[in-house]
Amino acid sequence: MEPVVAPVKPETPAGIDNLGRNGDGFGGGDRLGGGGGGPDSRGWAGSVRVYRTGMWMALAAIVMLFAAFTSALVVRKGLSNDWVATALPRVLWLNTAVLIASSVTFEFSRRSLAGDPSFSARRFSRWLYVTLALGLAFIAGQLIAWRELASRGVYLATNPSSSFFYLLTGAHGLHLLGGIVALFYVALRARQLALAPAKRVVVDVTAIYWHFMDALWIYILLLLTVRS
Amino acid sequence: MHAEGAHQHQPPQRFIWKYIFSLDHKVIGKQYYFLALFSVVVGMALSWLIRIHLVWPNASIPGLDKLSAAGAPGGVMTPEYYLSLLTLHGTIMIFFVLTTAPQSGFGNYFLPIQIGAEDMAFPRLNMLSFWTTFVALVVLLATFFVTDGPPISGWTSYPPLSAVGSAAGPGEGLGQTLWVVSIAIFCVGSLLGALNFIVTTLDLRTRGMTLMRLPLTCWAWFVTAVLGLLSFAVLFGACVLLVLDRVGGTSFFIPAGLVVSDKVINHAGGSPLLWQHLFWFFGHPEVYIAILPGMGVTSHILSCFSRKPIFGYRAMAYSLMAIGFLSFTVWGHHMFLSGMSPYTAFSFSVFTMAIGVPSAIKTFNWLGTLWGGRLRFTTAMLFSIGFVSLFVTGGLSGLFLAQPAVDTSLHATYFVVAHFHMVMGVAAIFGMFAGTYFWFPKMFGRMMNETWGKVHFWITFVGVYCIFMPMHFIGIEGAIRRYSTSTVNYLIPMIPVHKFMTLWALITGAGQFIFLINVFWSMFKGEKASVNPWEGTSLEWTVPSPPPWDNFAGQHPVVYHGPYEYAVPGAAKDYVMQDSPEKVVAT
Repeated sequence: MEPVVAPVKPETPAGIDNLGRNGDGFGGGDRLGGGGGGPDSRGWAGSVRVYRTGMWMALAAIVMLFAAFTSALVVRKGLSNDWVATALPRVLWLNTAVLIASSVTFEFSRRSLAGDPSFSARRFSRWLYVTLALGLAFIAGQLIAWRELASRGVYLATNPSSSFFYLLTGAHGLHLLGGIVALFYVALRARQLALAPAKRVVVDVTAIYWHFMDALWIYILLLLTVRS
Repeated sequence: MHAEGAHQHQPPQRFIWKYIFSLDHKVIGKQYYFLALFSVVVGMALSWLIRIHLVWPNASIPGLDKLSAAGAPGGVMTPEYYLSLLTLHGTIMIFFVLTTAPQSGFGNYFLPIQIGAEDMAFPRLNMLSFWTTFVALVVLLATFFVTDGPPISGWTSYPPLSAVGSAAGPGEGLGQTLWVVSIAIFCVGSLLGALNFIVTTLDLRTRGMTLMRLPLTCWAWFVTAVLGLLSFAVLFGACVLLVLDRVGGTSFFIPAGLVVSDKVINHAGGSPLLWQHLFWFFGHPEVYIAILPGMGVTSHILSCFSRKPIFGYRAMAYSLMAIGFLSFTVWGHHMFLSGMSPYTAFSFSVFTMAIGVPSAIKTFNWLGTLWGGRLRFTTAMLFSIGFVSLFVTGGLSGLFLAQPAVDTSLHATYFVVAHFHMVMGVAAIFGMFAGTYFWFPKMFGRMMNETWGKVHFWITFVGVYCIFMPMHFIGIEGAIRRYSTSTVNYLIPMIPVHKFMTLWALITGAGQFIFLINVFWSMFKGEKASVNPWEGTSLEWTVPSPPPWDNFAGQHPVVYHGPYEYAVPGAAKDYVMQDSPEKVVAT
């Protein structure tokens, strides 16, 4: 039987039919990418992609958390006759508009990076600060909504529907606060003029998170109005 | 000095960044491993207390009254304290042993190396995951030292018992709250870890390392991480709801009309079943999280020591994915007696049996790997073969439990206890032992003692069968789990069986000290290990033992072959390393 071994020089590796160049669409291709790079880059395959993939995975987990809360709401509502719908404070609609606006302004900010060969810190930062302000305004608005409910005597344990109101808005608000911390971080890096092209992924993943929080809020609002 | 990443310009020098808050996946892997080792010793000690009490309920156990004066006055365990110890036994073993060592221990250490990466995708997140898990363990162990002791509701923590507070019994006050908080913290640590594993596997594979060239250990860690990402989030949600019921006055889980210990419970409208659904939606994937890494390790080791490629590599990878997917469809089989519609029960039953198919495929493929191989009976090989044996034994009893009609009799009996101990408490542990004996040389640069390893194997293998086989029979005869004594008529004849099991539990437990001594002695005095003592093919066997801080000393390995190229016709040796440019039949 003829041997199938032929020793070859390392620079012409044999059996290269499947080095995974196009095979699976994930890492493990031949993207040996960028040079040594600074402290944040690994200088080799997948260096920036990890943040994007990581963010999508984090969102998957957050979806599961709110799925659990949703199924708890559906079950609890269908279970006994004690469900009395909580009238939503009107400020919630203003908060919704504020949050949607913040997503829009964030996009203005993010896209100002895109076609700009020499990064303009001012334009980027201006819209970023607006986004940050709107985000904080949303949180403030949510607290106002909570206080309005409390002034009506509607607290966490008053009724199952109010329990879910506080639970869902509280969980969303906490996650949004995390997003605000991320916005602060991005603003800080922008001020330090440390948002060179290789670093822009932090803006992109923060945007993914922020827009997701926006969409999640709309989902929660629908859940509370339609199912509650 | 501020440590940015493990693979920066140079490794950290100061002790605190090098060993405590290390960002190096290898250090973190060892930290998880030793956390699990500590936890398993605690969990095993608790199991001795359980087994001793079952046989000698009125005995005074020396020192127990120091741990809890109320729970064990004069050293004699009360039935409630029995439940507390049982709760902590289950919680510690499932969360801090089975969910940490196989995945976060070995996975953290070897996933990056096996895919040719310098480290995990997010080293800082990795470090945070470990310390979060550590904090969770401290909070859990704190329940031993609070006034009323640990909770009595089992690792499953069903409301209303777990939701109504201290009226429900000792340990249901602060102890239960701390338990829920501990588990919630653990969820966070697990979620961060799962995220890291997934991103690392998807994005950091080196050149030539396609998905179909990944060692099956990497496939197992990947699927496990996906399960963890999706299921721990649900458990976290459930824990939030339970905490709110306990301290916030809500009624997610507490129904109306409860009077507990003469105290009227002012909650209404909730559903204990809601907790069961949420918990088991997590709980079933969780047990696959416990076993899948062991399956990966078994495939890896059986192939190496049979000097044969794994039989049906693709089928093995697809089976892992199938098991992972199906694990989300079967949670109701823990709830067959909760009053569900028979049609729902039928659905859960069919999916549960369906999981048997990919599991059987894997089992037959392990046997196919061994068949005709030039077997090398190292200790790691023995434990891997033992894994197959225990997985079959434990898995078969699962098929019985998957029938709602049969489960009507077997639910909450010792038959269930036998089943899950066989698969989790033994098979998964065998996976960890196999992994330890196999990878110890790489992790510590020294060999473990093979002779004592084999003694450890035989004592353990015989011992676990002696402990857990009889449980099936007393379960069928009606022995109920979580009962602290056998005083009821029909249980009295089972006491001799309990004595037999307790005897073997103590013998087997004692045998584990052989392992512990072997591990710690060999770490310092073992024979120095070479780069590839087992003649394995995957990338961890191309780096020094132990590996340098950035694994590949600045090189980026290039992969040309699949992970199990043993006995390749015409090759120079009976194995071809994954990064060898030697040309063989294309893989």
